[in-house]
Amino acid sequence: MLRRRVIPCLDVADGRVVKGTRFVDLVDEGDPPELAERYAAEGADELVFLDITAAPERRGTLLDIVERTARRAFIPLTVGGGVRTVADMRDVLRAGADKVSLNTAAVADPTLISRCAARFGRQAVVVAIDALRQPARDAAAPATWEVVVKGGRERTGLDVLAWVDRTVDLGAGELLVTAIDRDGTGQGFDTELLRAITSRVHVAVIASGGAAGPDDFVRAVVDGGADAVLAASIFHRRIHAIADVKAAMTAAGLPVRLVPEAVA
Amino acid sequence: MSQTPRIAVVDYGAGNLVSIEQALRKVGASVTFAVDGEGLIRAQAVVVPGVGASAPAMDRLDQQGLSDPLRAWLTRDRPFLGICLGLQLLFERSEEDGAETLGALSGTTSRLQDAPTLPHIGWNQVVRRRDHPVFDGIADGADFYFVHSYAGVPRGHDVGVTLAETTHGGTFTSAVARDALVGVQFHPERSGADGLRLLANFVDLVRAA
Repeated sequence: MLRRRVIPCLDVADGRVVKGTRFVDLVDEGDPPELAERYAAEGADELVFLDITAAPERRGTLLDIVERTARRAFIPLTVGGGVRTVADMRDVLRAGADKVSLNTAAVADPTLISRCAARFGRQAVVVAIDALRQPARDAAAPATWEVVVKGGRERTGLDVLAWVDRTVDLGAGELLVTAIDRDGTGQGFDTELLRAITSRVHVAVIASGGAAGPDDFVRAVVDGGADAVLAASIFHRRIHAIADVKAAMTAAGLPVRLVPEAVA
Repeated sequence: MSQTPRIAVVDYGAGNLVSIEQALRKVGASVTFAVDGEGLIRAQAVVVPGVGASAPAMDRLDQQGLSDPLRAWLTRDRPFLGICLGLQLLFERSEEDGAETLGALSGTTSRLQDAPTLPHIGWNQVVRRRDHPVFDGIADGADFYFVHSYAGVPRGHDVGVTLAETTHGGTFTSAVARDALVGVQFHPERSGADGLRLLANFVDLVRAA
């Protein structure tokens, strides 16, 4: 049976891991390869790097970090941020990433998804969707979410569920869904958003945005139907260990990978 | 016999080579990348990694002049490890895109049956059907990392090559072995300590060959 994955996310800016409340008040939280190795040893099932500066002149820094990480942590690595072309994706994969996450550039040109999937296979194409919950018009109306880009700073007018369907049709192999209004708040994942997505697609959905404690991860899987759960600051700051999250998931009857890693 | 076996990793543009290179080095092999047939000449073992679809992969192997040297390598039964797409290419053809593949194993590559999610991405249990030294020191049912939608289905005289199976909806062959050939549908280079153990076991087999 496929395990539910626990994925630490490393937001990288100028070669360092940072975390603020999404893109403001960034706090330096360490060297990416070093943190990656620590997480691999602590039982992370996968790692996600999001390059939140991603200015073209800094691509070299990111590729160097990806390669140094791939040489130290023998678990899967997804890299996002600033991938705008098939050639960008090729460079990131060649540096040692297993998957690439597309976000703003895919919204601007959805064919980027199909072109990347055709070249590298859909299993290597993660589409990251930042969702902003819309104010309910009335209490009886179903919730809706709008796709936002550029780290939540720019609205697109796209309905999240319509965009989900489109990305899967185009070749997304996995969806990384962030409730942008929850991100960094500790309010828990938006399980209603997750359920709306997982009930309509057959690709894996990674839940992101809002985790405060182990129970939130359980809820994302049980209530939201998520295949994997992702968080950043609660792991970086050692508020909770990956093992704590997996213990809670195990207690809830969810299949997780418990083998202690010994990657020296 | 060499203490540091020379392993040629076939580079045909199919994604991440850094992790397989680093993992093989970590377990005591020396690694070169083969971009053409000459790249195989001095190697003691060949590793074909890769993810993605069969047709573009075979096109690139053809363009780089690697298809025939690889077929010859396999015919001579020299040490070989196919990973993910590198295993699928060992079969006769792929139902994904109709590609004619290397044909070292009887059977075809087919879409996973009854899978609740596709692609099959994540850690899943590898359950052994028979013993083989490549799994020495690894618990039966250990988790390995998978990223794929298709898997090879051995048929005919190769129906017995299956070493291990994995279930995602339906059950599929997740590891094969026949003489000096080993193939795994999962990614040992991305499967933590157990993955490194499997690669170390393969390197031991190369040393002993």
